[in-house]
Amino acid sequence: MSEDAKADVKLDLSGVMCPMNFVKTKLQLEEMDEGQILEVIIDEGEPVRNVPRSVKAEGHKVLELEEVPDGHYRLVIEKADV
Amino acid sequence: MAFTDEQLERYSRQILLKEVGGAGQKKIAAAKVFLIGAGGLGSPSALYLASAGVGTLGIIDDDVVDLSNLQRQILHSTKTINHSKVESAEETISKMNPDVKVNKYTGRLNSENILDIIKDYDFILDGSDNFPTRFLVNDACFFLKKTLISGSIFRFEGQLTTLRPHNVENGPVPCYRCLYPEPPPPGLVPSCQEAGVLGVLAGTIGIMQAAEALKEILGIGESLAGRLLIYDALDMSFRRVRVPKNPNCHLCGPKPTIHELLDYEISCTMPSPG
Repeated sequence: MSEDAKADVKLDLSGVMCPMNFVKTKLQLEEMDEGQILEVIIDEGEPVRNVPRSVKAEGHKVLELEEVPDGHYRLVIEKADV
Repeated sequence: MAFTDEQLERYSRQILLKEVGGAGQKKIAAAKVFLIGAGGLGSPSALYLASAGVGTLGIIDDDVVDLSNLQRQILHSTKTINHSKVESAEETISKMNPDVKVNKYTGRLNSENILDIIKDYDFILDGSDNFPTRFLVNDACFFLKKTLISGSIFRFEGQLTTLRPHNVENGPVPCYRCLYPEPPPPGLVPSCQEAGVLGVLAGTIGIMQAAEALKEILGIGESLAGRLLIYDALDMSFRRVRVPKNPNCHLCGPKPTIHELLDYEISCTMPSPG
């Protein structure tokens, strides 16, 4: 997937702590269809360690995880059929 | 129905569970559970169902809070002694989770009122302390095709089962009368005054009733239908015994002889000081 891949939904979860950032990610994914793309912005530290792992544990695909300015990370997820 | 941020946070630890999620939490919020008795078993059941976010809890009890109840009936407190149990229950539940709607019924269930009272609820939890009520509730749930989660405690031992003879998804399963065809004659079981119970046992069994109810609401896991769980606090042992459907059951068998609700005489023949 290329850098400028189009996300179907974007969620800014900067400043949202664990596990609420994952709860919100999970609820958003529940609303989406299989194959759709969700982009979330999360904080460095605990969130970037936990959220991608939890997303994978639920069976979704992590397409990208990259550092963006201001100590945040951009996580791109493809919704799986779960 | 969308959740507020506050609700998301309140229920976050169970929304995180793969088997629950937002969809499951909505099922819990939409669920209506009826509790028979706000006593030893009903107290922990009500508290955990309320904390889980069950939208509507119906509670019936005709009693007032007595000092001797407080050893096990954790919905009530020293402050609510002599208050109606359902009032005391509502107060405690609302303080813990104001999302929950509590429908209070004061009085006793009988063959005249039970169908009307429980008909709008999805699941029934029996935490009653006498056989006439247990048989009445079983028969009413059978006629209304409602799933009944039955708990009882006595001394150091507790029992739990899920009764849903109407649901044959996984083969035939029993009703309460398949286990116990008729109430025992008065005098065969210890009287109220003679019976004692370890208070914490009410918590163990009541909480497991709540767990079964949540599983039924969510449609997850393996239910206790067709099995009786026997817990012994002294041995700290759990036994799960198969309970087959009685092919000649007078209520749920192919040739039933019980076609209407019966009022057995209420005598002081409790299996447990629920």
